[in-house]
Amino acid sequence: MENMKRDKTVHRGVCHLLLAMLALVLPAAVSAEPSGQAMSFTCAGCHGTDGASVGPSMPAIAGMDPEVFVDAMQAYRQDERNASIMNRIAKAYTDEQLKEMAWFFASQRLRLFPQPHDPVLAEQGARLHEEYCEKCHEKGGRPGDAGTLAGQWMPYLHYSMEDFINGKRKWPRKMQRKVDAAIEAAGDKAIPALVNYYGSQQ
Amino acid sequence: MTNLKRRTFIRAAGAAAALGTLGFPSLVLGAARRVVVVGGGVGGCTAAKYLRKLDPSIAVTLIESKPAYTSCFMSNEVLSGERTLQSLTFGYDGLRGHGIEVLQETVVGIDPERRQVKTAGGRAIDYDACVVSPGIGFKWGAIEGYDEQVANEAIPHAWNAGPQTQLLRDQIEAMPEGGHVIIVAPPDPFKCPPGPYERASQIALYCKHHKPRAKITILDAKDAFSKQALYIEGWTKLYGYGTDNSLIQWVSAAGGGAVEALDPSTRTLTGLVEEFQGDVVNIIPPQKAGAIAFAADLVDGDWCPVNKRTFESSRHKGIYVLGDASSAATMPKSAYAANSQAKVAAAAIVAGFQGKEPDDPTFVNTCYSVVGEDFGISVAAVYRLNAETNTIESIPGSGGVSPANASPEIRKREVSYAHSWFKNVINDMME
Repeated sequence: MENMKRDKTVHRGVCHLLLAMLALVLPAAVSAEPSGQAMSFTCAGCHGTDGASVGPSMPAIAGMDPEVFVDAMQAYRQDERNASIMNRIAKAYTDEQLKEMAWFFASQRLRLFPQPHDPVLAEQGARLHEEYCEKCHEKGGRPGDAGTLAGQWMPYLHYSMEDFINGKRKWPRKMQRKVDAAIEAAGDKAIPALVNYYGSQQ
Repeated sequence: MTNLKRRTFIRAAGAAAALGTLGFPSLVLGAARRVVVVGGGVGGCTAAKYLRKLDPSIAVTLIESKPAYTSCFMSNEVLSGERTLQSLTFGYDGLRGHGIEVLQETVVGIDPERRQVKTAGGRAIDYDACVVSPGIGFKWGAIEGYDEQVANEAIPHAWNAGPQTQLLRDQIEAMPEGGHVIIVAPPDPFKCPPGPYERASQIALYCKHHKPRAKITILDAKDAFSKQALYIEGWTKLYGYGTDNSLIQWVSAAGGGAVEALDPSTRTLTGLVEEFQGDVVNIIPPQKAGAIAFAADLVDGDWCPVNKRTFESSRHKGIYVLGDASSAATMPKSAYAANSQAKVAAAAIVAGFQGKEPDDPTFVNTCYSVVGEDFGISVAAVYRLNAETNTIESIPGSGGVSPANASPEIRKREVSYAHSWFKNVINDMME
């Protein structure tokens, strides 16, 4: 009996010691850096709740491929894109913070909204896409490692293509050749057709 | 056990109990927590939506005296005729869809001891945390002869969107060809720092097409204003600013723009140096926190001091003050700032319910102004807490205004982004 009692006391003592250590650790913990979620929440006023922009020109970033997100933000940070506002915002974040935000948006569901579009152009765009774009922008341009085109807001797609064509944004590998070929095939209608095709997707 | 050991044990037990509740607040603590949100503007709506988003077990009641929200942002476009007041008005059904109880009542007091919100209808609603986001009130009496009745009937401020916005629009439409519009701009700090200058721009946009011989004079209580260089660039390009035929004139305080008195019957303003007479007069009065902030003893001077990590009132525990009414320098009093602050407060409230320390806050402000056709400009900032000075500071090297002399393409895109910003802010706060 005596031994058992002593054992219990010792055991309890160890427990108390552990709990006491825990108690010392907990209050000492400094408040954490903002989470990826908290930083991503600040984007919603322009890009919609959880990145599901309701348009008409700010792009949806929900469901975005995380590497595409980080690449885009780094390009903005280095003034390598023809930005209006994003270059000023991107400069506030470290690489680590960009990664955390990238993971947040990658895990959000992309919501697509109907957009007014020209069905004839969209049909032409579908054929151009199949021939010149589908190889990299798979499944009609659904979110992937070549960005999100399907259902993306059309003014944003227009701006992006304008910047590529006017030399204000660096072409990804092979893209310039493919776009040139599409323009060769369809003339001035190539870009509007592609934009209407992506905008027509639900 | 020695005394020391016993004390350590008690602390340890407390910590263990706190740990046990993590993630299961409603299970362990029984009844659901309730947050009462006072004010259905950007701050209040966003806080309500994000509280439910972060923890759906929290019961959220939002109390607002008006049946629908009318946004002040973009309301300058009503003055140019580019949009209607109706296009800025939104009901609260979106929030109801998130499980938020929305009551149309007027809050007359908050009892921080009993944790109760009191309404004009005689109700007392219990809360575990209270969010107060009442927006601005006006300092009547700052300009002699200008009071609430004059504002409602003859000389609108139109600084909260609503009937006065429509009145001002109607007056501008009715004024004679070659008429004179006077805008009296307030001293800092006030809601929407670039707003008076966007207003002048939007009225000029209307006059350019319909009353090209009209004049718009801004009488300013300040010697400088938000996005000034960009406005002047736009006014020069669009409205002949700096020439004899300029649609817009800006009179700084030093130049005699500070206004002391109004004679409403003749629409004459008395400045320090001279008098100004207008066909349409719009006075944006000096501002302070909304009425409930005063009734609930949340102010120190004109505005509500807060803990900048959480936006909890420095005067009363358990009450969080957001948006225009709070003292949150260096953040401006803007819609986007209120939206951003609301998410920080919501996260802090949820952390508090779970016995956790709130994370360091992160904030953003973006604000667009439409100077005219195809001419948009913006300001952006990302903010963090400087815990040492208890101030919210812009992260060095980031933020700022649109570049000077940007390409016409970028200026045009910023108009499109301004309208997209509007839709997304509304979506994020109440849909």
